[in-house]
Amino acid sequence: MDALAAEGVWKYYGDFPALRDVNFTCPAGSCLALIGRNGAGKTTLLRTVAGFTRPMRGKIRILGKEPRETAARRNIGFIGHGIAVYDELSALENLTLYARLYGVADPRRRALQWLENTGLERVRDGLVREFSRGMRQRLAVARAFLHEPAVLLLDEPFTALDDRAIAVLQRLLREGLAQGRTIVLSTHQLREALELATHVALLVRGQVAFHGPCTPEMVADPGLVYARYGEG
Amino acid sequence: MGLIRQVFIITAKDLRAELRTKEAVNAALAFAVMILVLFSFAFDPEEATTQMISGGLLWIVFAFAGTLVLNRSFARELPNDCLDALVAAPVSGAVLFLGKALANYLLVTAVELVALPVFGILYNVRWYRQFWPVMLVLVLGTWGITVIGTIFSALTVNIRLREVMLPMLTYPMLVPALMGAMRLTTDLVQGKPIDDDSAVWLKLLVSFDVVYTAVSLLLVETVLVG
Repeated sequence: MDALAAEGVWKYYGDFPALRDVNFTCPAGSCLALIGRNGAGKTTLLRTVAGFTRPMRGKIRILGKEPRETAARRNIGFIGHGIAVYDELSALENLTLYARLYGVADPRRRALQWLENTGLERVRDGLVREFSRGMRQRLAVARAFLHEPAVLLLDEPFTALDDRAIAVLQRLLREGLAQGRTIVLSTHQLREALELATHVALLVRGQVAFHGPCTPEMVADPGLVYARYGEG
Repeated sequence: MGLIRQVFIITAKDLRAELRTKEAVNAALAFAVMILVLFSFAFDPEEATTQMISGGLLWIVFAFAGTLVLNRSFARELPNDCLDALVAAPVSGAVLFLGKALANYLLVTAVELVALPVFGILYNVRWYRQFWPVMLVLVLGTWGITVIGTIFSALTVNIRLREVMLPMLTYPMLVPALMGAMRLTTDLVQGKPIDDDSAVWLKLLVSFDVVYTAVSLLLVETVLVG
């Protein structure tokens, strides 16, 4: 079964079509690199897939369910442009909060486990507002992985990460793929993305210009997809 | 996971975040006390007229101070895009709304419970003679303010001028609840019990709370996701 499927998805901002008849599927256990220039619609597509907003037309299915269904949301992990953790709470309080909201058994233990996985166990009781940017990013990664989602949606996850956070995220993504999770990541950092990707989709002005398996040629020359199917 | 437990998780999160910064509660409390003090210079506390308008004055202060708390309700979720994470979590919009409304309710009530004795001293009003009926009106009126304020806080969260828009939208909607609360409070502080005549206002308050809570629960998912 496809972990994720978009069928004829349209999304408008006013009169502007941000997504135009988007169709793609993502087999379970695959990693889709969603690439495209600024304004191509990558963020809108990921936000629509995550259920933050509804498509005007078309259907999205996460493991066969609509994104707003509770069962689908339980299976989605999302990293967006914001870190989505509270500055006024400690790292442990933030992760415990999300673990509880996702119905994780023994939320505190799971939160502690993910603080350790992301190298934040020593600052677990520190308020997030006192954290460095890199620490905040690692906490965001822990928040997204905490409930062990089947589908991970990552919007430019490597942007603004320090070396340590990039290493942590790459390790977790590889482990996630090995465990059979499905990953969709939008990025401008083609090399990092294509090293992980099993599939590639190129968005041009809200439309899927290319969707197919990631080939060794693409990994060797990350600009190849743009050159062949993009607008130059 | 039980819905009630999810509601309490959201409530506890909001209360914890607010109590760490105290920015909304401190502002609301200072505002309420300041308005009560300023108005006390304008009215002679011995006059019967002051007693007659005291209920109205009190609820205007509560509504204005409450808006300062309610403005922060969903705005608190904006830094770091926390609202996205809440919307993405497997909890319904209704749970999110109730959790936030409950946190707002407790914060607004706390401000009111501090402002009430100040009001009694400055305006020479012995509101405590009808303690439980006054508390009943306070509970019902505050829930009305909170429900309307919370749903409009969600509606205006992405508007740049939300601090201005929230009171502009909520106060007209609150007129029936405020009228009921004002009339009942004025009668009670003058020593009149709730009788058949004033019970109409009590029924209005209860109806307002029930109707707008139900409407908000139905609309909140659309307000948050579209």
